Formats: sequence, structure tokens, C-alpha cells
Amino acid sequence: MPETRPAATLERPGFSRARLAAIGLALVCLLALPFAASGYQTFQLSQVVIYAIALLGLNLLTGVNGQISLGHGAFFAIGGYVAAILIVKFGLAYGAAIPIAGLVCFAAGFLFGLPALRLGGIHLALATFALAMATPQLLKFKAFDAYTGGVQGLLLAKPKTPLGLPLTRDQWLYFLCLACAIPLFWAAANLVNSRIGRALVAIRDHQIAAETMGVDAALYKTTTFGVSAAYTGVAGALMSLIVGFVSPDSFGLFLSLSLLVGIVVGGLASIPGVVVGALFIEFIPNFADRLSDVLGESAKAAPWAIYGILLISIMYAMPSGAAGAARKLAQAVVWRKGGR
Amino acid sequence: MFALAHQVLSGLAMGGVYASVALAIVMIYQATRLVNFAQGEMAMFSTYLAWAMIDAGLPYWAAFFLTLVLSFILGAAIERLVIRRFDGAPALTVVIVFIGLLVIINSLAGWLFSYSIKSFESPFPETARFGAGYISPHEMGAIGVTLAMLALIYVFFRFTPLGLAMRAAAQNPISARLVGVSVGRMLAIGWGLAAAVGAVAGMMAAPIVYLDPNMMSGILLYGFAAALLGGIDNPWGAALGGFIVGVLENIAGAYLVGPEIKLSVALAIIIGVLVAKPSGLFGRVIVTRV
Repeated sequence: MPETRPAATLERPGFSRARLAAIGLALVCLLALPFAASGYQTFQLSQVVIYAIALLGLNLLTGVNGQISLGHGAFFAIGGYVAAILIVKFGLAYGAAIPIAGLVCFAAGFLFGLPALRLGGIHLALATFALAMATPQLLKFKAFDAYTGGVQGLLLAKPKTPLGLPLTRDQWLYFLCLACAIPLFWAAANLVNSRIGRALVAIRDHQIAAETMGVDAALYKTTTFGVSAAYTGVAGALMSLIVGFVSPDSFGLFLSLSLLVGIVVGGLASIPGVVVGALFIEFIPNFADRLSDVLGESAKAAPWAIYGILLISIMYAMPSGAAGAARKLAQAVVWRKGGR
Repeated sequence: MFALAHQVLSGLAMGGVYASVALAIVMIYQATRLVNFAQGEMAMFSTYLAWAMIDAGLPYWAAFFLTLVLSFILGAAIERLVIRRFDGAPALTVVIVFIGLLVIINSLAGWLFSYSIKSFESPFPETARFGAGYISPHEMGAIGVTLAMLALIYVFFRFTPLGLAMRAAAQNPISARLVGVSVGRMLAIGWGLAAAVGAVAGMMAAPIVYLDPNMMSGILLYGFAAALLGGIDNPWGAALGGFIVGVLENIAGAYLVGPEIKLSVALAIIIGVLVAKPSGLFGRVIVTRV
């Protein structure tokens, strides 16, 4: 019987010196990367940053708080559409549209979290699965055509580099995504390592025990749903900006499932893990596309076959994902050295 | 009036498909408290097997029954090889495993049989001898096949020793084991039966919705809605729920919301039932001790 519980997220409060150094190094790399990459690669990197934000949102809900969502593509869609509609139909600046998209998604997530309170485990999975399936159809609903553009979707102009900065448009968009991602990651890390984070983990591991300790589970769970949806919504808004286009069919079931794959591969409840997950869901389909050039049409099935096999084998052999593997490796190294 | 009768009758035909899927879901839920998200894809794969056999020149009904046998074997194999290893795992783990199965079977079908849409022949005649205009012969046949299958399943569970042992294993595994029932084997048989029931659903749906690797995704959602509406721990409630959902879907699609967003009807039913009456129309209210 494999160990199945996601690894605990509780760590000592504060950041060790080694950790701060690692974060600093990562930031420098992130800032330097677009100057070494081509335009298209920069675009891909922006997508990785966006997926990381979305995965972070889902991981707060599913990994940390234990509420299963198979339908986070819906919040990604709401964020994307709200931003696109505000910019195209109401002429709002994109800088204002992104936070508004986040707020709208917070409200949507909070509202969805209310009925979700009554649903445990597998029933919540069912309800969110239904949400994921229905999303593209709801976006095509005729009554909203004037705003959503119906089946065709909406085209929006990609933002230009402001203030005459010496950056290409792709580089500017990358930095925009990064500027959204860094405070969101900082906030999530602080949230998880705080009293609130411990309460969320307690609810995940044993709700009744948490409630007897005075944790208001209903409040925490609905708020987490809202925060999680807001993160994913901001990611959706950024995606619609960098792609310059939203359409109903890009927000189907498989988007929601990709997000699930991302947090499982990266590691449930792990914050650095979402970066691994984001790299994974960005580059594996690309890689498989290149395979299908060599192997023919049938290799189109490859990414999802890989996803599926990974989902099952990770759950069987390594339920804590890449983050857990890294942690084990680090422990092994420390052990070998004879230190603590 | 004519149009309404037509909508209700063709709703019943798809309702039969939903009832079969719901029954398959409930059979697994009763035994293991798990909701099989891969049920639809398993049914889709079975339908492809049937298509391949018919394409190879087998007569329809031979292919039909051979598909049931193969589906049974595949379903039992999935239980033995994959699901059993996650016995007692938390809900999140199991859901992720089911999603893994879903995408594996989906891409396997796409790889083996390509993503192009295929037509699937119906075993029933082209033109109707009676009821013309109200219901197509295939729809009538599908209702008949569904009802026959439900009756067979009822007889199996109610009157055969194996059916009794399976009910015992599902209701109280520990006591069942003590009186000599092999609970593990019953689970494998249950999965096999559920896969076969799903295969019937797939083969009855394919002439209506056409055959492609994503054909069952919407149907699975209606199957969930049906199972929840009827009560997820009551097979007959779930089957009845299937017919109700089929009719509701068609009427809502024709008169209320338009056919483009019919799936939202399923979403509304699922969330509505879960919130207002989680035990469904015919399920037992479960009281858990804290």
C-alpha cells in the first residue's frame, strides 16, 4: 500500500538563508530569460508563468485545503472573458481589467464554494466535473452573444510596450505576467505558512477535529474557493491578453484536466511544485506535436496518454509529485553527509 | 402536441442510454463508494470494439454479444490491475486515478481508431412499421434493449446465488468475507458487469450521436445527473432517473434553453440535487456517526 496522503505543507516559519538565496537566484534567472530567448520562446515562457499562477490557485484549493476541483478551467474562462469584455466592449485599460477579472472570479468562486460546502470529496469532484463540461456551452449561450461574441469569441489587441521601454511586445507581456505572478506567489507562500494555512491543512486532514479546535470550516472553505478562483481568473485574464483572443472551445474539459495534471505532477500542496507543473503542461504537448510530425497523425494521442499514465503512476508511487521527490533527494543528500 | 410527443419519445430513447450509464456508475458506487469517471470512456472503447468487429464482417448481434464479453473482461482487468491498488486511498487520490484512466482510454481509442467521426449501424430496420414520425425504429429498439437489460440485471441480482453474493459483498464486505464470499472476486465481477452495461449504452447511443473518441463525454454527464437524481445508492432509482433526465433534456433543449446549452441542464440537475436532496429521489438518507 503506497503512502497516499499528500505531504504536509507545514514548515518552520520564516525563510532560511539557503532558501532566500535560491529564491533570489530564481528571480534573477526569470528576469534575464526573455533576453536570451526568441520571441516565440518568450511567449511560451509567459504561458508558463500564467499556468503557474493558475496551478497555484488550484493547489491552494485542492492540495492545501483538500477540496477537489476538476472544473478550474471554468474560472480560467471567466477571468479571460471578463478581461476581454472589459477591454473590447468597455474600453478599459488592461491594467485595470486584470484585477477586476480576479475580483469577479473571487465572487464566482465564493458562490460556487457555498454549495460545495455540502459536498464531500467525490461529490464535489462530480459537481466541478460537470462545471468543466458545461463551460464551453455556457460561453456560447446566445443571450450573451453581444458580449461574448458567441462561437467566434473575441479578438483583442495585444498591449503595446508603454513609456518607450526598450522591450519587444513579447518581452513586455512576459514582464507583465511576472509582475502579477511574484506578489501572488509571495502572498500564497505567506498564506500557507500562517495560522490560516495551518487551519486549511487541518480542515483537509480532519475537518471535524479542526472544527472542534475552533476553526470556522465553512468560512475558510468558501474563502479558499474564492481566493483559488481569483488566482486562476487572473491567470485567465493574462492568457487572453498575451494570446489576444478568447473563444469558448479553448476552455473545455481538457483545460481543467490539464490543470489537475499540473498540480499532481508538481506536487500536491507544494508552492514551488506548481512551476514544475506549469513547465510540464506547457512543453509536453509541444513535444508531442513534434513527435506527431515524425510518427504521423496517431501520435496526437501521445500527450494525453502520457498524462494519464503519469497521473496513475505518480499517485501510486510518488503521491507528493516532483516537490516530494526533490525533498526526498535533499534529505538523502543531507543524510549521506552525516549532518542533520 | 405531435412535436411534444416526439420530443418525449426520443428523450426516452436517449434516457435509456443514460439509464444504462447511471446503472453502471451505481453498481460500482454501491460496491466501493467510488464514482467511476472513466465509465463513459470505457463504454466508448467497447463501442469501438463492436465497430471493428462489424467492420470485419461479423453480423451485428454476434458482434454485440462478443463486445459484452470483451467489455466484461476489460472492466474486470481494470479493477484487478489498477483500481485495487488504491483500495482505501483518500478520495482525491482515487479521483485522480480515474481521471488518468479517462484520458488514457480516450487517447488509446484516438490512437487505435483515429479521431475521425464514424457512423455506427443500427440493428433495427430503416423504416418503422408503426409509430412512424413519433419515434424512429432505432430509438424504439434502444428503449427495448435497455428495458430487457434492466430486467436481466434485476433477475441476476435478485434470483441467482452469484447476484446474492455480490449484493452481500457490496453491503457488508466483512460479514460477507466471514461467510465465505470472495469479496475481491465480487468486485472484479462488479466492474466487469458495469463495463458490459456501459457497452450496451455505448452501442445504443452510437447510431444517434455517431462514433468518435469523445462521444460519451456528454452522455457520461447525463449519466451522473441520472444517478444522482435517482439516488446514487439505488440502481432502480438511477435507471428511472436516466429516463427522467432524457426526457427533461429533450424538453428543455426544445422549449426552454435551446439545444446549444443542453449540457447545462445536466449541470443544473447535478448541483441542484446535490445541494437540495443529496440522497436523490429514491436513495436512502445516510446518517454517519461522527
